[in-house]
Amino acid sequence: MLTILFDGVAYGMLLFVLACGLSVTLGLMNFINLAHGSFAMVGGYCTVVLVNRLGIPFALGLPLAFLATALVGGLFERTLYVHVYARSHLDQVLFTIGLVFMSVAAVDYTMGSSQQFVQIPDALQGQFDVFGIGMGKYRLLIIVICGLLTVALQLMLAKTRFGSRLRAAVDDQRVARGLGINVGAVFGITFAFGSGLAGLGGALGAEILGLDPTFPLKYMIYFLIVVTVGGTSSITGPFLASILLGIGDVAGKYYVPKLGAFVIYAIMIAVLLWRPQGLFARGTAR
Amino acid sequence: MAMTVEDRPALADDVAAHLKRRARWSPLEIAFWIFAFATIWLFPGKYLILKDAAILALFALSLDLILGYAGILSLGQAAFFGLAGYFAGLVAKYGVINEPVIALVCSGVAAAALGFVTSFLVLRGSDLTRLMVTLGVSLMLGEVANRYSEITGGADGLQGVDIAPIFGRFRFDLYGHNGYVYCLIVLFVCFVIARRIIYSPFGLSLRAIKENTLRAAAVGIPVKWRLVAIYTISAGFAGIAGGLLTQTTAFCSLDVFSLDRSADLLLVLIIGGTGYLYGGLIGAVIYKLLQDWIANLTPQYWQFWIGLVLVVIVLVGRERIGGGNAALRAAVVRLGARLTSRPATLGGAAPDGR
Repeated sequence: MLTILFDGVAYGMLLFVLACGLSVTLGLMNFINLAHGSFAMVGGYCTVVLVNRLGIPFALGLPLAFLATALVGGLFERTLYVHVYARSHLDQVLFTIGLVFMSVAAVDYTMGSSQQFVQIPDALQGQFDVFGIGMGKYRLLIIVICGLLTVALQLMLAKTRFGSRLRAAVDDQRVARGLGINVGAVFGITFAFGSGLAGLGGALGAEILGLDPTFPLKYMIYFLIVVTVGGTSSITGPFLASILLGIGDVAGKYYVPKLGAFVIYAIMIAVLLWRPQGLFARGTAR
Repeated sequence: MAMTVEDRPALADDVAAHLKRRARWSPLEIAFWIFAFATIWLFPGKYLILKDAAILALFALSLDLILGYAGILSLGQAAFFGLAGYFAGLVAKYGVINEPVIALVCSGVAAAALGFVTSFLVLRGSDLTRLMVTLGVSLMLGEVANRYSEITGGADGLQGVDIAPIFGRFRFDLYGHNGYVYCLIVLFVCFVIARRIIYSPFGLSLRAIKENTLRAAAVGIPVKWRLVAIYTISAGFAGIAGGLLTQTTAFCSLDVFSLDRSADLLLVLIIGGTGYLYGGLIGAVIYKLLQDWIANLTPQYWQFWIGLVLVVIVLVGRERIGGGNAALRAAVVRLGARLTSRPATLGGAAPDGR
């Protein structure tokens, strides 16, 4: 029972790191980015190449995956995404689904369609036994890393100048622009950073979520659930939503394995019916 | 005292005449359908791909009804497609309804019932919420179908479906001839119904809702119920498309619920253009040809090129592509007006208010 809880929390933390970039882009630019999972996949495959083929240590592979994905994300943002912000939601959905299809086929072409595994160091394998609860070392590492990241993100948003600019831009883009905040630049940086986080999540999660070319399609719905259920106005909303989702999914798959993801979708629809703006959104809709 | 149209017979007549003129079949439309039926004799070796295109066209037509006319963005049209697909498969397998046409109508009704129930979920919230709810519904159905694999066949698909001959006479033959004719006729019938709906006052009110929901409500259109109605109708059409697929292939698998199917559908509609009924039909034919051609070049990676087409379409601008369409349409309407050569009596010759 507690092991499920533990695994669920690890899973949820992972989902949060994967999805928090998406929640910011959605809240800031009202942009529906279905291709977020593609960036996570880029991070995952970067790690596979770096660690498995080039023999770079796992601990160094993770930050490199972050940087590489952030770079790719920034590049895409500046060259492609900027043209689509002002378009209708239909255009955004089409555009990003197109990107997903392209990334799936491109990865299939370059890396093959089989599932990839990252060689994690021996020191991280196996599990602790604490009061009879089995805790996987690797999962513990994920919780630690993601927990630290969450705290860092929260501090960054709340304390730094950039964070306050970002929050201002999310709250009211026009006024923020009027106050001299370069919303485009803020958004570009945030997008790159969010993509980087997704890449890091993909790298960390390759072991748990599995990594193959259909990754962006398989997990797209999960990221979107995190964002829609959590709301886009704060970082705590998506965080709580992803923990809930993680625990719900692990528990659902453990107790009613045949129903699979049914539980999750049902919960999502129920929540969205109850509060269309997300569980933790502030009351007003824009 | 409010005056209604009925109080002024002359105006009522004018409005009726205007609506009637709008709804008249143009020569090009007639030519389109003559050509569509001529394909039965023109391309005898291509029945399978033509049949797929016809089913896809009907499916796209169903999405066009809600996206192009009511402005509802949906990624969950596959839910109705899949539900009706399994419905048609199961009733045939267990011999509940042997006549394919009746079974098809029933599966459409089943899908419409699901559409009616879920429409209340879809009408809430923003575009993103709608997207998630529609997607969630179709994924949930996919999970249910997977769960009850002893009924649906699970990942292996529904097997052992034996479809009886249509009206007891026309067997679904190996070459797909009868199957294609059947699909084409169903498509035509559904199209005529959809066309009738769109050119009715009901259809006009949907346009009003899409252009400006607030104003539509202000002039007295019951927005919610109109949307529920069109969503239900659209679900029914999607269901008939799903039923057709099962009946003509005698098979139904879990991928009827997949996200790819709904995403492809959007692409079809975007290629053809939304909001003029033929978009789905033309888009379906182009899409099928494109898919066939690319799949022949690179069997495994055709998705890449489909994705590229999507990205390019959006970057170039749907309006620009649609603009070409609009110019073409205007030319067609002018041509049609000249051929029928009857003087306009109300509101000039503008084809529609855009």
